[in-house]
Amino acid sequence: MKLGVLCSGGKDSWFACHLAMQKEEVACVITVRSRNEESYMFHTPNTHLVPLQAEAAGLPLVTVETEGIEEAELGDLSRAISLAVEQYGIEGVVTGALLSVYQASRVQRICRDLDLWCFNPLWYTDPELYMKELITSGFRAVITGVFAAPFSADWLGREIDREALSGLQQYVRSHRITLTGEGGEYETLVLDAPVFIKRIVIQESEKEYANYRGFFRVRRAVLEEK
Amino acid sequence: MILLVDLSGKPGSLSRDEFVGPVARIVSGAGQEWREAHFSEITGNDFEGANGIILCGTALKDNLFAGKVQAFSWLRDVRVPVLGICAGMQVLFLVHGGTLRQECEIGMTTVRVMQPDPLLPDRPAFEAYELHSFACDPPPGWVVTAVSDRCVQAVRHPDLPLYGVMFHPEVRNDTVVERFCALCRE
Repeated sequence: MKLGVLCSGGKDSWFACHLAMQKEEVACVITVRSRNEESYMFHTPNTHLVPLQAEAAGLPLVTVETEGIEEAELGDLSRAISLAVEQYGIEGVVTGALLSVYQASRVQRICRDLDLWCFNPLWYTDPELYMKELITSGFRAVITGVFAAPFSADWLGREIDREALSGLQQYVRSHRITLTGEGGEYETLVLDAPVFIKRIVIQESEKEYANYRGFFRVRRAVLEEK
Repeated sequence: MILLVDLSGKPGSLSRDEFVGPVARIVSGAGQEWREAHFSEITGNDFEGANGIILCGTALKDNLFAGKVQAFSWLRDVRVPVLGICAGMQVLFLVHGGTLRQECEIGMTTVRVMQPDPLLPDRPAFEAYELHSFACDPPPGWVVTAVSDRCVQAVRHPDLPLYGVMFHPEVRNDTVVERFCALCRE
């Protein structure tokens, strides 16, 4: 079955893509770029790098822009998925939804309306196992946004490795964050993955941080042979 | 040991992690061992040592199981507790003479408890996650224990330990699966 993967550039969408590729044919990556940093549906810090990721993975990309106005942005997502159907003949969509009934329900409704399959291979997965598998299977993801206490500016741009995971586990206990960041506590950007033919190297970036809220904005990045 | 039956269209599908995995996680958390089998590959060996069976749900577009009811004829003879979730409840109904009709629900819905039931929350109503294309009309004699505005949400057999829920308890209603595990241990 030909599938399109909804991609924000973060670890969950690329890990879902990794899982989908083991079972079905991934025909394209679909991304919706929101101009609203508070978007309910679409993660925003570094979606401008999804084209580079798609190139790294050797996958075609379908992109649509949205103003990010609640509910209206769903029409833009539907438009993006419809484009992927037209251009690549996808029969279904894959998402990296973990716990968000809000996001999952809306994508499910769009897929029903377009008569498409909808797969959520990370749905209610064990967060500890998932995060460990992410690291051991060769994903390199960095934190590109923090939005909760007690994250300091030091977390911005930090790679999620064993040590970082240990820190996140500690925050789960002390501050009740979700280990995966599904509660919106942090966002990530994937620089390398098993599905990537090339890896992404960040050449220029800047940090913005105040009061447990910060962004790691990638200004320039290139692909490098693996 | 609880036997988890995968009702997806094919063994090892991309839907397995979405519909069997989360249920397995709750069963493990409840201290129960589990084993899984796809409905098309189930054999007598799979039932050995099973003190309960859970029929898991499927993707919204995956209704292949409804055309393969003969593959579930073993449900007529089973004597250990069975919990059918969504597609699993539909299969339970089809095997025992119930019917399906098109009725789609997606997302959170208010479920109203009509009869006290060992698996359901002890509240008059609760919120539950729905993902189905069909609703079920139960076989004669089955007890409807909960409903939504659209359809029957929970049932049980009048005499046997057979239970069905149309909502997905693995999303925000873990207690339903945990209570089923406790019932299997009795």
